[in-house]
Amino acid sequence: MEQRLTKNFKVKDSHRLEVSRAQGGYQSLAKLFQMKPEEVINQVKEAGLRGRGGAGFAAGLKWSFIPKNSGKPVYLTVNADESEPGTFKDRYILELDPHLLIEGIIAACYAIGAHVSYVYIRGEFYFPMQRLQAAIEEAYQAGLLGKNILNSGFDLEVYIHRGAGAYICGEETALLESIEGKRGHPRLKPPYPAIVGLFGCPTIINNVETIASVPYIIQNGVQAYRAVGTQKSPGTKLFCVSGHVVRPGNYERPLGYPLKNLIFEDCGGIRGGKKLKAVIPGGSSTPILDANDVETVLLDYESMEAHGSMLGSGGVIVLDDTTNMVDALGNLARFYAHESCGQCSPCREGTGWAAKILDRMLSGEGRPKDLELLRSIADNMAGKTICVLADSLSMPIWSYMKKFRGEFEAYANPNH
Amino acid sequence: MPTLTIDGIQVTVEPGTTLIEAAKQVGKSVPHFCYHKKLSIAGNCRMCLVEVEKMNKPVVSCQVTAAEGMVVKTDSEKVKNLRKNVLEFILINHPIDCPVCDQAGECKLQEYYMDHSIADSQMTEAKVHKPKRVDLGPLVVLDDERCVLCSRCIRFCDEITKTGELCFVNRGDHQTLTTFPGMKLDNLYSLNTVDICPVGALTNKDFRFACRVWFLKETPSICTGCATGCNITINHYDDKIYRYLPRENEAVNQCWLCDEGRLSYKFVNDSSRLLRPKAKTNGQASFVAPTVAMEVLVSQVEKTKPQDIVLVGSALESNENNLALKKLADLLGVTHLYYSARIVPNPSHDDFLIKADKNPNRAGVEKLGFKPLLGAAPIHSKVCIILGGLSEAEQKALQPKASGHWVMLASNEGPDTQAADLIFPTATFAEQEGTFTNFQGRVQPFAKAFEPKGDTRPASQWIEELAVRLGFCHCEASQLLRSGSG
Repeated sequence: MEQRLTKNFKVKDSHRLEVSRAQGGYQSLAKLFQMKPEEVINQVKEAGLRGRGGAGFAAGLKWSFIPKNSGKPVYLTVNADESEPGTFKDRYILELDPHLLIEGIIAACYAIGAHVSYVYIRGEFYFPMQRLQAAIEEAYQAGLLGKNILNSGFDLEVYIHRGAGAYICGEETALLESIEGKRGHPRLKPPYPAIVGLFGCPTIINNVETIASVPYIIQNGVQAYRAVGTQKSPGTKLFCVSGHVVRPGNYERPLGYPLKNLIFEDCGGIRGGKKLKAVIPGGSSTPILDANDVETVLLDYESMEAHGSMLGSGGVIVLDDTTNMVDALGNLARFYAHESCGQCSPCREGTGWAAKILDRMLSGEGRPKDLELLRSIADNMAGKTICVLADSLSMPIWSYMKKFRGEFEAYANPNH
Repeated sequence: MPTLTIDGIQVTVEPGTTLIEAAKQVGKSVPHFCYHKKLSIAGNCRMCLVEVEKMNKPVVSCQVTAAEGMVVKTDSEKVKNLRKNVLEFILINHPIDCPVCDQAGECKLQEYYMDHSIADSQMTEAKVHKPKRVDLGPLVVLDDERCVLCSRCIRFCDEITKTGELCFVNRGDHQTLTTFPGMKLDNLYSLNTVDICPVGALTNKDFRFACRVWFLKETPSICTGCATGCNITINHYDDKIYRYLPRENEAVNQCWLCDEGRLSYKFVNDSSRLLRPKAKTNGQASFVAPTVAMEVLVSQVEKTKPQDIVLVGSALESNENNLALKKLADLLGVTHLYYSARIVPNPSHDDFLIKADKNPNRAGVEKLGFKPLLGAAPIHSKVCIILGGLSEAEQKALQPKASGHWVMLASNEGPDTQAADLIFPTATFAEQEGTFTNFQGRVQPFAKAFEPKGDTRPASQWIEELAVRLGFCHCEASQLLRSGSG
């Protein structure tokens, strides 16, 4: 399969502009500046590019929500917070092909009429930040950023904003608050950022991978983009495989690719000769799949949904049969309790409570009523808060307890 | 103008009306903590969730606006369950220390729990502990464990006073309210945060531990702190004022009250209150019976020509008391009518509620024809009847008084009353009804909170008695004295 996002990853010094250009970097700009902005949006719409951050929302459609002639500046904000556990794809793009991202930023900004773009990078990504900063400086020097890019008449400034280490700042409106210098609290919606976003102005927020997918679409067109993937989930996606496999890492695969092939062929199967027990397919918040699901599920939005889970961010966490699922859920609950921003009552209190119950069960103090209690906490949090952080713990609680009921029952009845 | 149905009742509302406000219009009160109509929408407590037909998730009624044809349920079983569940979350880490909490009895959390939950806690693990007795500023104390993190106080300081002292720190169930480093909650309106705190997290240092709220009686009144005339409720018990709370009046104070005005009640409870008439004999003041004091006054007035009498009204006293003095002037034919006013050095003032004029009724007393005492030419008099108090400068304006006889109708003893030959103890505004005219010219009534103590009575009653004793028939005096507020 043709590599689109990762083609330069193995090239020496792929992060440098001259190497990137030698590999065809920035070639899409010539085509881009011959198109009208609406044509760019339409092309991305027709290509069927879906947001790679987790929700899978159609990118071109999102761009078209920017109001025309609002009289306000428009911003593109690139979400490089990559905070969902199990996800490490954007980091590789930032480190190994930052110019691909910059090329995508230019296209996206041109399409939506933005002349300023912010890249929000999580604080822990210091090295990726340095790589991107160096790339941005190279691009400015080469006339690829700044005033009148390649004599197109189009101006663009790109700034990096570093986060300070909060999961919630990957949520797009908390991210905006953070750039504005405020506490990372998700905003009430509506209004949506496309109308009232950064500094109160129309703003598009896209994931790094989404933006990095755009140059290919501009350069090669809709047909070429749709040549792989499925009808509803076209193109390729990065899958970051971690956990108990022989070869963990980033794998670019067409959407619709069988998860089983990814784990057992590409990643070399389960390490240490163990058996597959479960897979978290799209970052820690997505509902878990068991070994049976893995037999049939495909890596696209629809197949994942049919199996009761989500494609999410593409963070595939593989668990072998030595994994204690109660422990795994307890680990997640502690994470979400720690990362809940504290704004909405159900999430603030519910995540912490669930973590305490699971910790108590793990310490051998489980009670028969605990399972019902955990379920009701998950029910009472999900869908009742400003953002979906509460749902991000509810989904694992429901799915782990459903798929691995026996293990949870054993902890809930420690004396039996 | 969308028309929607709320709990089976159709209502048409202004475009942009939120569901929680639309529900109010049909008499439905949706429980809430974070929502406050004067503050921006936070939508964080999730207590106001309601059910809307054709929407698959419960919606926050403080944020979602009414749309044509919406069918809203605010009290279905599903909604009641939602509330119960949110309350359970809010209560798991709450200290539930109602017996020692000042807010008990007026606590939204307590009320909603009684209305919607009444369930034992299902949490057996240790609660999260947070800072207690945090000194936020000169007037406000915080108990972080009681805080439901609604952010009302933060938004108040950001949006109303624009002083921005408060913020949240930490995350999740360790999130706490605090001040920014190096800052104190020290603005002119800080005690409003205590009013809008739905629970017992923020307490008023002046009021905390003073009285359980269920003992307090409520009387609608007007703050006497300045010329704004903020509408207040006096909370009192056993003839003592415990606190003022702002009373809503969109045209005057919205729903706020400044700290200075809020704490201006203390003179009413003060030990300096005059409870019995005093008369000076040979320079020595002593308590006398009201009848004796009145006889002295009557004889003084009877033997003095009207042109030797000066009457001094007060910008601190009600229209009614000043009017009584004005009518007495008309009966006697006195033309020297002045008024005293409270002047403080470097008075606080802003462009919101606080006026530099610290008198609740200057507009009223001026409308009755009284002239300011300060700035008037030196006044010679044989008898001077003074309503309220006098400042040092005003005392000087009334000089020389060598041959004069000073009669004061005052509520509290002070440097000015030392100079008086005769003092009648008067009721404060809390012990009588009446009106003040604020700087806008708005005549605002206040009610009697409790009965005057001792021999005190409203100044108008002393003046009326004087008129009767001077030979004006009772009905004439009454009629004159009570014929409206001018």
